[in-house]
Amino acid sequence: MISELFQRFFRHIDSFLMACLLFTMLVGLFVLYSASGHSIERVSAQLINIGVALLVMWIVANIQPQKLESVAVPAYLVGVLLLVGVALFGDVSHGARRWLNFGITKIQPSEMMRIAMPMMLAWFFAKRETSPRVSDFAIAGMLLLIPVGLIAKQPDLGTALLITASGFYVLFLAGLSWKFLIGGAVSIGAMLPFMWSMLHDYQRRRIEILIDPTQDPLGAGYHTIQATIALGSGGVTGKGWLNGTQAQLDFLPERTTDFIFAVFGEEFGMIGNILLVVLFSLLIARGLVIAAQAKSTFTRLLAGSITLTFFTYAFVNMGMVSGILPVVGVPLPFISYGGTSMVTLCLSFGILMSIQTHKKLVASG
Amino acid sequence: MKSSRELKNYHNEKHNFKLRLAVLGFLVLIAFSVLAARFYFLQIKRYDYYQTLAENNRISIVPITPNRGLISDRNGIVLAHNFFVYTLEITPSKVDDLDATITEITKLVEVSPSDRKRFNKQMTESHDFESIALRTHLNEIEAARFAVNRYRFPGVELKSRLFRHYPFGKMGAHMVGYIARINDKDIKNLDEADLLSNYKGSDHIGKSGIEQSYETQLHGTTGFQQVEIDADGRAVRVLSSQAPTSGNNLILSVDSKLQEIAETAFGERRGALVAIKPSTGEVLAFVSMPTFDPNLFVDGIDYDNWNLLNNSLDKPLINRPLRGIYPPGSTFKPFSALAGLEAGLRHPPFSISDSGYFTLPNSSHRYRDWKPGGHGNVDIRRAITISCDTFFYGLAMELGITRLTDFVRHFGFGQKSGVDIAGEIPGLLPTPEWKMRRYKQPWYMGETVIAGIGQGYTLVTPMQLAQATAVLANKGVAMRPRVVSAITDAKTGAPHLTQAVLNEKIPLDEKNLDLVRLGMVDVTLPGGTAASVGANAGYSIAAKTGTAQVVGIKQNEKYNANAIDERHRDHALFIAYAPAEAPKIALAVIVENGGHGGSAAGPIARKVMDYYLLGKLPDLEPPVVGAKPSTSIVTNPNTSKPTISLPNAAIGATNPAINTPEDEHYD
Repeated sequence: MISELFQRFFRHIDSFLMACLLFTMLVGLFVLYSASGHSIERVSAQLINIGVALLVMWIVANIQPQKLESVAVPAYLVGVLLLVGVALFGDVSHGARRWLNFGITKIQPSEMMRIAMPMMLAWFFAKRETSPRVSDFAIAGMLLLIPVGLIAKQPDLGTALLITASGFYVLFLAGLSWKFLIGGAVSIGAMLPFMWSMLHDYQRRRIEILIDPTQDPLGAGYHTIQATIALGSGGVTGKGWLNGTQAQLDFLPERTTDFIFAVFGEEFGMIGNILLVVLFSLLIARGLVIAAQAKSTFTRLLAGSITLTFFTYAFVNMGMVSGILPVVGVPLPFISYGGTSMVTLCLSFGILMSIQTHKKLVASG
Repeated sequence: MKSSRELKNYHNEKHNFKLRLAVLGFLVLIAFSVLAARFYFLQIKRYDYYQTLAENNRISIVPITPNRGLISDRNGIVLAHNFFVYTLEITPSKVDDLDATITEITKLVEVSPSDRKRFNKQMTESHDFESIALRTHLNEIEAARFAVNRYRFPGVELKSRLFRHYPFGKMGAHMVGYIARINDKDIKNLDEADLLSNYKGSDHIGKSGIEQSYETQLHGTTGFQQVEIDADGRAVRVLSSQAPTSGNNLILSVDSKLQEIAETAFGERRGALVAIKPSTGEVLAFVSMPTFDPNLFVDGIDYDNWNLLNNSLDKPLINRPLRGIYPPGSTFKPFSALAGLEAGLRHPPFSISDSGYFTLPNSSHRYRDWKPGGHGNVDIRRAITISCDTFFYGLAMELGITRLTDFVRHFGFGQKSGVDIAGEIPGLLPTPEWKMRRYKQPWYMGETVIAGIGQGYTLVTPMQLAQATAVLANKGVAMRPRVVSAITDAKTGAPHLTQAVLNEKIPLDEKNLDLVRLGMVDVTLPGGTAASVGANAGYSIAAKTGTAQVVGIKQNEKYNANAIDERHRDHALFIAYAPAEAPKIALAVIVENGGHGGSAAGPIARKVMDYYLLGKLPDLEPPVVGAKPSTSIVTNPNTSKPTISLPNAAIGATNPAINTPEDEHYD
């Protein structure tokens, strides 16, 4: 009886994904304890974030994918509307306009777009009766660029790039022609020197610093220099949990959020890093399998995009901390402190689970 | 293949999807391999390197402050430079008992009460962990004495710092400006401009004058050293470094000798003088009197000095040329005259028979001339020469306020001149629309009448008045005034001349310009209102005198300069350019409460022109103080009397509530 109830309750939870997720979150809590200077308050707060996120995941996993398909358009439209609202009346914090203040609560519509964007594009391609034509891709491109432009203007370049990626994955998986892809890549490559020559000196300087932060060691480069020292000094086995000197002695900035991977790498070394990458790879692999097995155009495009966007987050964050990618504000999935990213991630994994577990019920076309 | 027309082939689509998914999966593998390679590089290959850096207790990035650019005058005389001084600095967070420590220090190094006051003031303004100067400018002996005892004073450091110094002190202080410690507001501004990282290590920033408006040029680029520090915070080894780039040097168009002569000529009087080279817009002198010593601000001004400057009735801190607003009075008449001539009015042989007053049709109110009984027969040239009010009342009425203001606006009235010193205010050129917006009242004809002689709402800054004179001298070609004439690149040493900017070319009839010029030249000849200014000059001067009232005088009341407080006397104004035929200098002088323009402000202008044109140094005689007494009667026109309050109308502004025709006092 109990076991039956248990089974009903977890009927729509993918056990493999769930196991990997919980393990990653557990690792995250340990790293956070170390990175926050042994702050129980921080860890408790993150536990609450995880609790809320898992609840959201469970709810979403229990929603049928058709329902998700039907809310794709409203979600997208509301998202764009809120972004326009931000541009017009948003609150400015740290020089960027990202939040919309509703009196009771503040929301960041760009976060919502992370889910709404792939849903919208997947819906769009699922609705085409014919194989997608060039014009369809043009329309999809427009649907992608409007919110991305609004987010980039806030300015929140990191989120804008990641949402672009999530949309691009849908376009690619929907069958964007290889000719166009290669042609686009070549023409952008050819345009770059020209665009570079059009920029002002100070704009070039900003881009140079973005690409090579060590050029500005008093500003953006400080993070990168300290983070690479943390990683490098971790060696093969790491200095051990709670023993990272860089992390414990306040040399690392933003070490509970965007740069938490430096703490992890210093304390757990190369072995820890590889294990974390493997953990992420397992989550990605499972996501790809779910996408491959999905029964409808909508679900397969959505599952594919969600999985690869997750990969992009993880890769961009680790790449930025280890100094091979520019510093853009992207948290490390399931590890960085913060409620918003935790909820958004779990929501997207809830969608994956919903797609996987409602498969038999979906009337495949 | 007509695939685009076909309905979806679900089998094909699924196959394609899986293929593409596999491609992306492969990319994921490649990306993670790159990451793993990077981990290998950082954590295995370069492990020793990073391990050493982390173990030896880490890295510190030390900014190296660039040398601030120098400011010199057109002849290379330095007006602002830097030098090293020893300072004794305390970091409050590192000191247990601050008072005891300071008492101990006092036994070694003299610390005056004003040093203490300044230190306390800065303590309240800064963070605990910032080091604050207790004493600056220690001499060698004091420095050595402290250095020997240094071990006794943890948290107290002897530093060698680059200080800004203004060798001429008070001279040109409003123009050169000063630098002072960076405060929270500066930090916010720098952060917004994305410049904060360039100010790591900088303590000072330009706060006023050229030091402020050319901050980005003067500051330079901060260098840095990436150093390894030991547990005590001492640098052990330099890992990498980048030298700072000094700020660029500025060369001003101002002649410091001319500036000195002008300031000396003012003596104890308050006021402003701006001299401009009409053909290029270069500012030759920029005087605001009284002035102050900018050196006081560099170390952080102490409380007593600040109070003294800030609370002085003379307002020495206010930049009068840019922020002092005054009614132009009769100095406005040449521009009214030109407006009339260009509109085709009042061309000779037109003349009026002045009986000493002007009346509007259907009104019995008399707008009186400054001269009871009038000037008799007056044409436009003579009207300028003798400053005939009646003539310009009629002209203004016939022109109408809109035609008048539309014309003179081209000369820069009512707008910022655009000079390269920050803080300029636009003055006021009234229009009926402005009055409706400001007071919700219609424009009265009487206000047009008095606007013709520079009375009423019109307000100018000395900079504006000088610029308008320069434009007139340059026959309508308006060059934007500028103080910095060249910027010397710190790296290459190559001077880049700043560009002369043409603001506007006003189309003017040469014949009209000649008429106005002749009228203005006659002003400085016998019979003119400033005959004494032109006496024995050796070159011809085109000029106009003016007087602006400070206190309103009721109808039928007598103005007696002797009887009223000095601060309530009229302001004296004077504009001129010379040589009149080929002008090399144009200027405007305002002497607050100076009385009559010709006698109070004119001689100052003459000294400046004598030096600039002839190289003649002024005689060493005490300046004439005050104005001559006068008994002229002034009346109040029958117009509405709104009061006006402009922002920053702190000084100079008369009470425009009383729109009174001017009263000129003669020798």
